[in-house]
Amino acid sequence: MGKTIAEKIFEAHTVDTQSGGISVLKLDAVFCHEITTPVAINDLVSKGKDRVFDNTKIKAVVDHVTPSKDSKTAEQAKILRDWARRHDIKDFFDIGKNGVCHAIFPENGFSRPGYTIIMGDSHTCTHGAFGAFAAGVGTTDLQVGILKGICTFKTPETIKINVTGQKQEGVYAKDIILSIIKLLTVNGATNKVIEFTGNVISQMTMEERMTVCNMAIEAGGTVGICYPDMTTVEYLWPFIKEEFKTKEDALKDYSKWISDSDATYAQVIEFDASKVVPVATVGFKPDQVETIESLKGTKVDQVYIGSCTNGRIEDLREAAAVIKGKKVNKFVRAIVSPASPKTYNMALKEGLLEIFDEAGFCVTNPTCGACLGMSNGVLANGEVCASTTNRNFAGRMGKGGMVHLMSPASAAAAAITGTITLAKEIK
Amino acid sequence: MKNFKGKVLFLDRSDINTDEIIPARYLTEVTKEALKPFLLEDLELDGFNQKSDIVENSVIITRDNFGCGSSREHAPWALEMNDINVVIAEGFARIFRQNMYNCGMLAISLKKNVIDQIFEKYSTKTTTVSVDLTKSIISIEADGKTEEIPFSISEFDKDLVKAGGWLNFADEKY
Repeated sequence: MGKTIAEKIFEAHTVDTQSGGISVLKLDAVFCHEITTPVAINDLVSKGKDRVFDNTKIKAVVDHVTPSKDSKTAEQAKILRDWARRHDIKDFFDIGKNGVCHAIFPENGFSRPGYTIIMGDSHTCTHGAFGAFAAGVGTTDLQVGILKGICTFKTPETIKINVTGQKQEGVYAKDIILSIIKLLTVNGATNKVIEFTGNVISQMTMEERMTVCNMAIEAGGTVGICYPDMTTVEYLWPFIKEEFKTKEDALKDYSKWISDSDATYAQVIEFDASKVVPVATVGFKPDQVETIESLKGTKVDQVYIGSCTNGRIEDLREAAAVIKGKKVNKFVRAIVSPASPKTYNMALKEGLLEIFDEAGFCVTNPTCGACLGMSNGVLANGEVCASTTNRNFAGRMGKGGMVHLMSPASAAAAAITGTITLAKEIK
Repeated sequence: MKNFKGKVLFLDRSDINTDEIIPARYLTEVTKEALKPFLLEDLELDGFNQKSDIVENSVIITRDNFGCGSSREHAPWALEMNDINVVIAEGFARIFRQNMYNCGMLAISLKKNVIDQIFEKYSTKTTTVSVDLTKSIISIEADGKTEEIPFSISEFDKDLVKAGGWLNFADEKY
């Protein structure tokens, strides 16, 4: 009987099994940031277990609050920094080189097809875009990952979502994934892998696939995963060209991480992308999704373009195309936060930052910042934000604040008019 | 092992997320103790009073998909620091459930109809729960009467709880 990509990755990485269908997996990478790792480090130190399993497979970044905003966040960064130095962590990204973890780690070629990856961050599912089994974990799993290079998972069942059809103009990856989450609900994929397949996914760039996989967790999914293909190989080529003679060789090798045609699924969903229109969330759950059309006129106090969902170069291009030559509404505070230094530099060279600047946006350094209400754009009680991030939970961007999740184009349109607006109506 | 007995706090809503359990603004703390006052601070639920309801209770009974959202283990820690080591629900988000067992705490799933009955019978009364891990039985007590409800748990999860969590277990075994 055929296997899914997740089952194949499990088979190749299982070092032990436990009762209840638990596999102990060998990890190819353990990613760390300064919010969930310092507690793990302190605990390991206090227990006399301050060791790392492999200083080349652990990657670390200060990204959530950077530069530090107060003594507490400075301390968190310091704990991570000191630990990285102490253990000679080869890839550690600090001020000047740092950015949102799920943007800079893929950019540096750390996410590969067939890999097992964990991080103390629920949006680790992003890296499934590369055909990796990449899952968010808590601090204890992270500790054991750091110490032993292993993690336990129950072999998840898979929901396959076959995304086909022809996207309408003005519809982006964010609109597609929000529409899928509406269909699945916030609990619809709990304990399951979501496989994204179909012509719409295979036509997507890696950036778009990351946007889609990033939000798998919002439906409860363990990981969102795409099959590796030539787009994956092209993206990774600078990092793998020593390993393979040609791109075709790489593709051939990576093709072992594709589900068999007779694999068994918990559910197969045919999703027609032709019917998707620009959408945004309402309320406080990411499955509460309505059309932008129906929300037109809803006032916003802030616009935030950034995050591990939509802070990459294509997102900035998409937003800048709407904003070019326009001014931000005088009642709106508009913030754009390129997700990585590479994105920042590309946006600078392409003239995008100038477009944002002239429109009246505040361009910040790469950081997670406002997405989780930690810095760089926290909302006041009763304020509303049009945001390209991934969670609209009550208080997420600041106590008493409310977030409408949407695509960068829709967020850019809201910045111009001060209300939720269809991007195509910005002339 | 931790304490798996106490008065019950009923939270009658599905999809209570980890931002509601412990808001991100407190994630700058690097000790578990510092989280104690902020448990469920952003939860808005009819009849729930964050100031008084947490102090006296040691068990949470709730609906489905408890702990969805962020991976923050600060959520179980904030519970633990308030001596709440048991959550009983129809279902849990994967990472939250794993974090509970990794900390040597219990996240017990019961079928929807059983949870419905528990809410119907007990949610308006002063109710006490105690968990017998060896027999895999939950005892619910109210008005001087006790009801026993069986639950399923794997041997591995029991081992984690007995070992006081996954770190101790893993470092010994692997």
